[in-house]
Amino acid sequence: MIGSLQTYQSIFSSAADEVRQFNTLLVIFLVVCAIMYTLVIAFLIAGILRRRRADAHVVENGMHHRQNPLMRTGLIAWGSLVGVGLIALAIASFVADRSLASTSAHERLSITVTANQWWWDIQYNSADVSKTLHTANELHLPVGVPVRITLHSNDVIHSFWVPSLAGKQDLIPGRENDITLVPRKVGIYRGQCAEFCGTQHAHMALVVNVEPYADFIRWWQHQLQPAVAPQTPLALAGYIVVTTGQCAMCHSIAGTPASATVGPDLTHLASRRSLAAGTLPMGKGQLYGWVADPQSVKPGSKMPTIPLEPNQLHAVVAYLETLK
Amino acid sequence: MSLRSRKAEILLIATAIFTLAACDREERHSRSKPLGETVPSGESPDTIIPGGGPSNPLDPRAAEYDNNSPALAEGQFLYTKMNCVGCHAHGGGGMGPALMDDKWRYGGRIDQIAATIAEGRPNGMPSWRGKLTDDQIWKLAAYVRSLSGQPSKDVVSSRADAMSTGSPQTLTPHQAAKSADTAQQ
Repeated sequence: MIGSLQTYQSIFSSAADEVRQFNTLLVIFLVVCAIMYTLVIAFLIAGILRRRRADAHVVENGMHHRQNPLMRTGLIAWGSLVGVGLIALAIASFVADRSLASTSAHERLSITVTANQWWWDIQYNSADVSKTLHTANELHLPVGVPVRITLHSNDVIHSFWVPSLAGKQDLIPGRENDITLVPRKVGIYRGQCAEFCGTQHAHMALVVNVEPYADFIRWWQHQLQPAVAPQTPLALAGYIVVTTGQCAMCHSIAGTPASATVGPDLTHLASRRSLAAGTLPMGKGQLYGWVADPQSVKPGSKMPTIPLEPNQLHAVVAYLETLK
Repeated sequence: MSLRSRKAEILLIATAIFTLAACDREERHSRSKPLGETVPSGESPDTIIPGGGPSNPLDPRAAEYDNNSPALAEGQFLYTKMNCVGCHAHGGGGMGPALMDDKWRYGGRIDQIAATIAEGRPNGMPSWRGKLTDDQIWKLAAYVRSLSGQPSKDVVSSRADAMSTGSPQTLTPHQAAKSADTAQQ
């Protein structure tokens, strides 16, 4: 548990090939630069401590042409060391860059992520259109499978950043970017928008669940199912409020008349780990709080505070809880 | 401290206070106040008369949304997302009447526009009450009003959300509303 928390959002994890590349590069840079820095400081301190020689004022004495052969050798060695260090760094970053680029050649899963103020729209693409899956704010990835994530934005510039898995990549309106990665460790990771995108930028998070391939396929199959019909009278009342009122103007729930795309898809809302793009953990109390007054939880969010009667609120939450 | 520098200091503070107090352009209301209040429905018999007719005094909520930049921006977002574009285009009209001209069949005041959105109007305009919140309806009304250049130029967006070949809203000429209620503006 503690182990998983430590890598929840950390650039020092080794949960994907990409982040391993970055960390190797970081270590190489750190070692090379640390050695050079230590040498420079050592020479500086030696220069300060060294006693002045009698002929220190070579320029004034007109004796500056008298060179110290040891100094000459030292300077040449120093220059070569700098050159070798720079070449080593250049080669290391070239190799890392090439290996990052090679992932896209072996892509086996294609996902489209569209950023909105302030949530993530996620679509799993499949050659078979009936298998194309639409969800939001929670990314599931099979471990060991090279995945290519295509990035779009609907409004302003956002940035896709799951520190434990890969570097940042911007989502730019009107343009298509992509990022490729190969997750290597099963676990739950947190992603975060990394480009200031408005008042609720800080509450624009993403849960990434890296799971074994069989679990991933099972998850995909389950998510493709339409929402279950409400079973209790209370849930049925909630279903009516959701599908005939304001909720359906923005949200979609597969298998119901609600099919708008302004806000996140709610078909399997209760199966997710978080609510409102990582703002709240999923739970009954949080659902109540969020539905009753989203503007106090996430002020400025595009979801308006809808004046619901108490019995309507109970019904809506009861219905949303059934969307497993 | 000399008297002169003390005076200058007081003047500076006073200027800062007045400058800050003038910043209501950016005032954000994340929800309508008070909750549960509805768009004035009592107005409908008056406002539904083409060309205006006698109308009620301006709704006090108008001040909250009119000339308010975040409200206009939110309204612009809703205008696209709720597909107002489908009938009214980006203000030029189509199946529905143009919104960027000076003609207002049911009144061009912000509360009258809000009432039109909430109640719907004959020949195609659907009613949005219960589909959008009042806050959203008022924000939409604020944006619709800005299409004909009604709000002051420092609150409108200089860049439209949609692709546009026209000049930005900051350059839209002001269209004095021609309906009978103009006197009430």
